[in-house]
Amino acid sequence: MKDLLLANPDYVTLLLHGLGVTARLFAISWVLAMVLASLLMAVRSAARPWAQRWVWLFVEYHRNVPGLVQIFVWYFGVPQLLPKVMQQWVNRHDGEFVLSCIALTLYAAAYMSEDLRSGLRSLPRGQAEAARSLGMNYRQSLLYILLPQALRASLPPLVNQTLALFKATSLAMTVGVADLMHATRQIENETYRTFEIFLVASACYLAISWLIMGAGAYASRRFSAARH
Amino acid sequence: MLDILRDYGLILLIGQYPQGPLGGLAMTLILAAAALLLSFPLAVLVGIARTSPYRWVAWAAAAYANSIRGLPLLLLVFWAYFAVPMLTGGGVSATAMMLVALVVYESAYLGEIVRAGIAALPRGQQEAARTLGLGYGATLRKVILPQALYNMIPSMLNQFVVVVKNTSLAYVIGVDELTNAAYQVNGQLLTRPFEVYALLAITYFIVCFSLSRGVEQVERRITAARRSRPA
Repeated sequence: MKDLLLANPDYVTLLLHGLGVTARLFAISWVLAMVLASLLMAVRSAARPWAQRWVWLFVEYHRNVPGLVQIFVWYFGVPQLLPKVMQQWVNRHDGEFVLSCIALTLYAAAYMSEDLRSGLRSLPRGQAEAARSLGMNYRQSLLYILLPQALRASLPPLVNQTLALFKATSLAMTVGVADLMHATRQIENETYRTFEIFLVASACYLAISWLIMGAGAYASRRFSAARH
Repeated sequence: MLDILRDYGLILLIGQYPQGPLGGLAMTLILAAAALLLSFPLAVLVGIARTSPYRWVAWAAAAYANSIRGLPLLLLVFWAYFAVPMLTGGGVSATAMMLVALVVYESAYLGEIVRAGIAALPRGQQEAARTLGLGYGATLRKVILPQALYNMIPSMLNQFVVVVKNTSLAYVIGVDELTNAAYQVNGQLLTRPFEVYALLAITYFIVCFSLSRGVEQVERRITAARRSRPA
């Protein structure tokens, strides 16, 4: 048993650290993406036509460009546009993490806002009309009446999107974020025990993915039951 | 940005070809098309297996699909990079390894599309075919699959757009495709990363956006054809 890769505490620490970075990247960008997606949905479904067109462009850009390229644009490209002082600041403050986090957030928000929007459109018109006739303004009717129902209606695609975002966090390793995938590659390079470490990494990713799928299935069952 | 396009546009389009290997956008599209075509028969098998009346077959197919869908494609690319040379005894190009990773990954997703297509057919189709004395295989081949596959054409074409985007990961193992070409151009220019990567993003956008629009046209036509067909 001593020969096992995971018997070496250094590698365990490295993997756990990578797992922590992956979890942090996923959690932060998921929360921000959900908030941004709700905002985008609100703008797309009610704001002035020019604002709607900007949201449309935002969504289409993020849906038609590979996630990897979006991360490259943010990591390699955007700092060039910033003033020197800000470039240095970004470099000092975990730049690759922050920039990949921004890229992943925008990427996921574009998809999620579309899911929310189709959820919103599936609601009967009476919901919005009733809310407005009760004296709620647009913001209130959206926040208290429409958004909660839209969330429930779009739960299955949102879960799929959550899973896609979790898997997409692995792309951040290409710009040097020390996530789980990065730790895996590092251990592989040091030990050449590719099979073992890939197996461990696959198990980690699968465990979390299945957790997300399971939680999604449970939530769909629960909330669709509450609906009737 | 235009001068980059003028100086390096050809590299982004076809790589070093004809002096060297084909690369750039041409390689991206070839890789995506090959991946989709090769994963199609696998996906049909996965879809049939998932709707199989034999419970253990359905269970095994579900385990396969859910495992592949739970892994990041990047990890599958690394797996292929490690496992394919070992299984074949070497001499395999990075492009072929990428193709293997893409085929495995897409067969799981396409398999779900096939399953959904089969499940969406009215039960009466299967029951009527069985009542007429067709066996399980003949029912699938002559009644279920022709209808299910036709209805799935839009989803499958949409999957092509997804595959085009997924081929960008080939850059990680050094395949000469579009993302890799941009990476090399950036390496030569050094000081203009924003323009290079913006150009790359715009290229993908134009390709994928027009493909999506094309798929919408096909979808509209198929929906119309299905409506006009007597039920």
